[in-house]
Amino acid sequence: MAKAPARKTAAPKKVASTPAPTANREKPRDPAPYDATPEELEKFYREMLLIRRFEEKAGQLYGLGLIGGFCHLYIGQEAVAVGLQSALDGDKDSVITGYRDHGHMLAYGIDPKVIMAELTGRAAGISRGKGGSMHMFSVEHKFYGGHGIVGAQVSLGTGLAFAHKYRGDGGVAMAYFGDGAANQGQVYESFNMAELWKLPIIFVIENNQYAMGTSVNRSSAEDQLYRRGESFRIPGMQVDGMDVLAVRGAAEAALEWVRAGKGPVLMELKTYRYRGHSMSDPAKYRSREEVQAVRDKSDAIEHLKKLMSDAGIGEETFKEIDKEIRQIVSDAADFAESAPEPELHELYTDVLVEQY
Amino acid sequence: MAIELKMPALSPTMEEGTLAKWLVKEGDTVKSGDILAEIETDKATMEYEAIDEGTIGQILVAEGTDNVKVGTVIATIAGDGEEASSSPVRAEPVEAPSLPSTPPDEKNGPSTSSGQTEEKAEKPAATERASDPAIPEGTAMVKLTVREALRDAMAEEMRKDDRVFVMGEEVAEYQGAYKVTQGLLQEFGPQRVVDTPITEYGFAGLGSGAAMGGLKPVIEFMTFNFAMQAIDHIINSAAKTNYMSGGQMRCPIVFRGPNGAASRVAAQHSQNYAPWYASVPGLIVISPYDAADAKGLMKAAIRSEDPVVFLENELLYGRSFEVPDVEDFVLPIGKARIMRAGSDVTIVSYSIGVGLALEAADALAAEGIDAEVIDLRTLRPLDTVTVLASLKKTNRLVVVEEGWPVCSIASELAMVAMEQGFDDLDAPVMRVCNEDVPLPYAANLEKAALVDAPRVIAAVKAVCNR
Repeated sequence: MAKAPARKTAAPKKVASTPAPTANREKPRDPAPYDATPEELEKFYREMLLIRRFEEKAGQLYGLGLIGGFCHLYIGQEAVAVGLQSALDGDKDSVITGYRDHGHMLAYGIDPKVIMAELTGRAAGISRGKGGSMHMFSVEHKFYGGHGIVGAQVSLGTGLAFAHKYRGDGGVAMAYFGDGAANQGQVYESFNMAELWKLPIIFVIENNQYAMGTSVNRSSAEDQLYRRGESFRIPGMQVDGMDVLAVRGAAEAALEWVRAGKGPVLMELKTYRYRGHSMSDPAKYRSREEVQAVRDKSDAIEHLKKLMSDAGIGEETFKEIDKEIRQIVSDAADFAESAPEPELHELYTDVLVEQY
Repeated sequence: MAIELKMPALSPTMEEGTLAKWLVKEGDTVKSGDILAEIETDKATMEYEAIDEGTIGQILVAEGTDNVKVGTVIATIAGDGEEASSSPVRAEPVEAPSLPSTPPDEKNGPSTSSGQTEEKAEKPAATERASDPAIPEGTAMVKLTVREALRDAMAEEMRKDDRVFVMGEEVAEYQGAYKVTQGLLQEFGPQRVVDTPITEYGFAGLGSGAAMGGLKPVIEFMTFNFAMQAIDHIINSAAKTNYMSGGQMRCPIVFRGPNGAASRVAAQHSQNYAPWYASVPGLIVISPYDAADAKGLMKAAIRSEDPVVFLENELLYGRSFEVPDVEDFVLPIGKARIMRAGSDVTIVSYSIGVGLALEAADALAAEGIDAEVIDLRTLRPLDTVTVLASLKKTNRLVVVEEGWPVCSIASELAMVAMEQGFDDLDAPVMRVCNEDVPLPYAANLEKAALVDAPRVIAAVKAVCNR
């Protein structure tokens, strides 16, 4: 087995002062880009475009004062949620993330109307207006939030994985967190237990390179975040998060490993957010040129569009899709603006489940 | 001079133990580090090692003797050049001043009369106890320690519901740091009784996530002092989820473990967190006093669909109480219990403070003051109805709390009395709490810092103008 102590293979007379490097420890296979059918390509494109247009609209509504509080947009990172979640089994796998959660919900096919209505704080919102942007859940879709405390979702996700294993239901938990959360202590407490108990979980670091305004280089002694699991023997993968097919391909390799009962995988998805950390971000920590360069050279949606064009899909189709998506988002916004606010008595409901 | 071997204190709260087995006999030569005997406490069996060299003189306490008080001379060792058979010195059991005294034990001769009784709450209450209205009259009772009652409650719920599992540090192979989970691993196996690394924040989060994912975790904190590292998950993840999700996502979890001052473990290991958790909407907070409530409320806590913080008390674990011997004894959450009916003054408390309140009520009865004692049992939601009804009857209220006075359950109850029972008050509400300092180590300072029955008596007399 891969995890046999290295000492056993050492020559008997040698003093094994330090264990041999673990290069021969079993790892997940090297991922290959996903070989998508034209239908799948179009599906990815629609989902990614929906996230982008939805988030642009949310930004607008925020500017109009219709959305309050904190609002963290996913623009730029669309390929991550779409590529990863398209590989999951929606009937048994579970997903949990932090506060930048709109994209993950949309990628799971949750109705944009109830998401947008939550952002505007309406009774029809998915959390009945009581959660807001950072606290949205869909137990029906096995989407467990939507958590506002940086890093908390990593331990919670480890608990979801524990539940999968406890029940033996074959499910895998996927816990997303950012490069900022990667420096939280509980992440490593979770890594330890997850590997120790071989829990079925994929830890996903969405490395958009800035924790609020602090770049990875200014915050992380080990800035290659996929290596952060090494001392727990969790294999790491670094993936181009701007290429949905690379993401999907890596997800398949990770899932193979986890579903085989070999324990967790740590995936680092290199990505970029075009907008500020939240809506109130002054963006003094990076240059406009830097953002523009990523948009021009690495945009995930443009990249996918090119692949589809190369495969023979014409401009008409793209226009059609764009029109459809704009309509969906516009309907969601109309719904979210016109839906009534929660009744005042809802202030006191759902504090507890039971009556005592 | 022979060296006296005394019954050792093997834990901060040990008062007595069983001399299970002698591994040496009279006349044996021993040296430092040899194992002399096995001693059983209520938590574990421990080996007793020799510290001195010499020959075993007399063995004064036979193996198999129960309830040997700490400090009792159990054997003598003759030093170099001494006759091993020199006449035994049967010393009076000497009680370490730090250790609580217990009632005299017939088997072991006279007990100490040092009078340094720190844990008056530990004395069996002589009070005539009001029967719990939740227990039908004529119910057969069985004597259980609080520790056994908690274990039985968990085991019964685990048998009933395979979603229930127990997780924490040393809960499985060690049988529980305070032996509360004793035997669970043997019955339910390592999948359902899970030893964790020392990683409170991590396993509190893991447990909360497992609850969100459909299981019913019972998470043990070795003590609630360590839950400070995990309080983010208790509050931000467990307590708020149902509300934040509009009732969609639940977190049915029990966080349990000992809370409050233990004995001589000083400031970082001695704190009552009841007011902290009781201030949080979305949590249920339970803190029982006796074994019946511990059992009935633990079962209710595990069955609840809400997150529960279940605050136990290490000093109560070893105390025995009557527990109804019925198939499925579950108590309602959120209901206080009248422990002793009275008409002159209401004393409200919870956890270990209830013992002090009962002790004070006994003493007051001898002076003609008839106190009603209420055990809150649940701190959130607080049973203000029972407290206010009692206040209406007695017109005087004293709150006893083994914890700090500032922003306490006591101060909360004083406010409740002001807002909802003002017209019933014939005197200001008084609180009897610990001193407003971190708990000190020195025995005399610790004693001075902690709430005790004389302080309760003084407060009651003050509100009764006596």
